[in-house]
Amino acid sequence: MTAPILSCREVTHYYGSQMACRNVSLDLYPGEVLGIVGESGSGKTTLLKILAGQIEPTDGTVSFAKKGGALTGLHEMSEAEIRLLARTDWAFVHQHPRDGLRMNVSAGANIGERLMAIGDRHYGNIRASAIHWLEQVEIDAERVDDLPRTFSGGMQQRLQIARNLVTSPRLVFMDEPTGGLDVSVQARLLDLIRGLVRTLGLSVLVVTHDLAVARLLSSRLIVMQGGNVVESGLTDQVLEDPQAPYSQLLVSSILQV
Amino acid sequence: MTPVLKISGASKSFCLHLQGQIEIEAFSGLDFTLHAGEAVGLSGPSGAGKSSLLKLIYGTYPAGAGKVEILHDRKWVDIAAGTPSQVMDVRRRTLGYVTQFLRVIPRVPCVDIVAEPLIERGADEKTARSRAQDLLVRLNIPEKLWTLSPLTFSGGEQQRVNIARGFATPYPILLLDEPTASLDAENRQVVLDLIAESVAAGSAMIGIFHDADDRAAVSTRQFDISRARRAA
Repeated sequence: MTAPILSCREVTHYYGSQMACRNVSLDLYPGEVLGIVGESGSGKTTLLKILAGQIEPTDGTVSFAKKGGALTGLHEMSEAEIRLLARTDWAFVHQHPRDGLRMNVSAGANIGERLMAIGDRHYGNIRASAIHWLEQVEIDAERVDDLPRTFSGGMQQRLQIARNLVTSPRLVFMDEPTGGLDVSVQARLLDLIRGLVRTLGLSVLVVTHDLAVARLLSSRLIVMQGGNVVESGLTDQVLEDPQAPYSQLLVSSILQV
Repeated sequence: MTPVLKISGASKSFCLHLQGQIEIEAFSGLDFTLHAGEAVGLSGPSGAGKSSLLKLIYGTYPAGAGKVEILHDRKWVDIAAGTPSQVMDVRRRTLGYVTQFLRVIPRVPCVDIVAEPLIERGADEKTARSRAQDLLVRLNIPEKLWTLSPLTFSGGEQQRVNIARGFATPYPILLLDEPTASLDAENRQVVLDLIAESVAAGSAMIGIFHDADDRAAVSTRQFDISRARRAA
């Protein structure tokens, strides 16, 4: 069997005296989409930030396997190494595009910036990549010189995805990627994300409170409540035959259209 | 005959935590063996646990007790004890599951939905689409609908799209949950033909058919789940 690309063991985090997550262990395998679901305040986003090296956990370890390498603990890496990972092998898609974009430089520059950060200097190549990625996320190439603030919310979110994918990351963290979007844009974005996962072989951790989004995107689910993982398993198993009382409550609370 | 699926002492019950911890038993102590080239029609009254048995085999329902072993890559894998990645691998290459309900992302064209399992197994897009189109023709989905999302289709059309998707790639073991329910006579015959062809090509099948004639037409043997319960 293949080895995990990302793994954490007994991760616990406190904000002061406030527990955010407790004893979380998980493995993410290459090419897999793992959904983390649960209500607001259940510790989903904290866990995601710990896994992405943005927060150092109070206790426990997070390990990542670089291309062709073995799992290495983030705590054994220098800050510079983690920053390099965040710019190359990893991508982080924020819920609000403005947290992941620079709103006062052009769309093309937003994409190109990540390339320049890893040493690309050829303007023609950078612009060509930017246009290629705009097309990948279904944004008209003519908008390459426009500022992101002239884009709609859905376009901004797609631009954020393009900016993240330009360095060919292997691991993508997504925090409520469809959160603030209207449903028609949401459907298109879900289709786009699924296509990119399949064609690029991405491994994805996606935090969402929307079980329908989780069902369509992820093959496995983790259910969190009050900082604890209360259930994990295949997506269809967790949603069709939830075992934990809280998962049963969550599933039975889905609104039918 | 070579067995491809062995269930021994399987039980399944549901604990409804939100409704006073009520325990509802689907079945217990169930034994069943499926052989290559066999087509088994599940019978028994509504609520006897037929669909639950299929979901247990597919890994959607975790078993309360017992083993659900599937011959995958010439090795036995116990679905009841398998890791999620093992179960996913078994589903990708060994175990097909077709229901009457379609669950898809809105706005994805019908032909892409049917072609998806082929692409996931590594077929190139052109081959996958042409196989998908053949199936859609057979299942009488008009060509003008192929580029549209099936969410706008009628119930029967959605069901046929789902069947086309289920039969796009061959599986050694096929689980069918009422594939012919609510289809007209002509389309029902197409589905029965597809099943018969898969079985003739070497797939083993377990199916639920409400219609006794349909069940008799495709199955080589019947299994009455209500009589299969062992005294616990």
